[in-house]
Amino acid sequence: MAAGATYEPIATATATGSQSEILFTGISQAYTDLVIVVQATESGADGLIMGVGNGSIDTGTNYSFTVLRGNGSAASSYRVPNYDAAQIGMVNSTINSIIVHLQNYSNTTTYKTMLTRGNNTNWSNNQVYSSVNLWRSTSAINQINFKNGSIANHTAGSTFTLYGIAAA
Amino acid sequence: MPILGVIASAITGNLVTTAYQSIATVTVGSGGQSDITFTSIPATYKHLQIRGIARTGGANERINLTFNSDTASNYSMHRLVGNGSADSASAQSSQSALWISSGYDGVSNTANTFTAYVLDVLDYTSTSKTKTLRALDGLDKNGSGGIEFSSGGWFKTPEAITTISMSIQGGATFAQYTHFALYGVKG
Repeated sequence: MAAGATYEPIATATATGSQSEILFTGISQAYTDLVIVVQATESGADGLIMGVGNGSIDTGTNYSFTVLRGNGSAASSYRVPNYDAAQIGMVNSTINSIIVHLQNYSNTTTYKTMLTRGNNTNWSNNQVYSSVNLWRSTSAINQINFKNGSIANHTAGSTFTLYGIAAA
Repeated sequence: MPILGVIASAITGNLVTTAYQSIATVTVGSGGQSDITFTSIPATYKHLQIRGIARTGGANERINLTFNSDTASNYSMHRLVGNGSADSASAQSSQSALWISSGYDGVSNTANTFTAYVLDVLDYTSTSKTKTLRALDGLDKNGSGGIEFSSGGWFKTPEAITTISMSIQGGATFAQYTHFALYGVKG
């Protein structure tokens, strides 16, 4: 069996408070999976959406997602097909912690599936949130952006960090 | 203007990471594969993680996962599932394998579309603790699918895990481009 150290930081961004978009471009294709850690607050309450693409962010309705969430007294699930971005969490001015697993992002043979889990301590229906997202493209991903569904700004100090995991 | 991410190589400080290591990978070829097995897993780590994507050319079904080729009734599990319209929770005991992605469609049988998995096996070398597996997995097919959190126990007399096997319930094969990678986490 081969073995090698991996799970390496690729890039990080810290919001200044005046931008609505965090954009990573030129993402290395040297890894198998990406893990994205988001620690963010937002000036508006909405979904935190993540676009992906190759050379540019795909804004077509090529995404879909299924959500499982809990609020402390009940769980629920819903689905959104044919959306224009992945939805990785529900965010507002309270701190939101989200981890995204973007599996096999650099291959050119499969649609891309992403798993997310996160929490928001002050959103009535979304205190624990998880989702599975599909991007219906076989293109390798080398760009990712993060926006608030209401085009609100990411609050100053919000961080978005990409890690790469390479398989042996 | 968007904020551009800072490439890690431009960051000063210690970015060396050696605690998470790739051990082995299986990628299924064009002929398909009936099972995916990691053998001779080294005992030099504290925890294991399996990351992967899976598709089948057969019927939608769950993955059955066993440790050390044990197929006796030593496995129990609990799960929480969202299927896009409702949530549910369920459990089994005294099974011959751990059930993974059993609460929704399971392994995808839709062209190009793969179920994603992140599985954690904690303290896998212990000879005094019952082993547990934690799973996060999901499948979205633009109109169907689901997401699942599950945990399972292997209640055989505790022994170090050296082999992990996965197969599809009912005997279907894993389709081309199914990919599972085993990682070790240092303790």
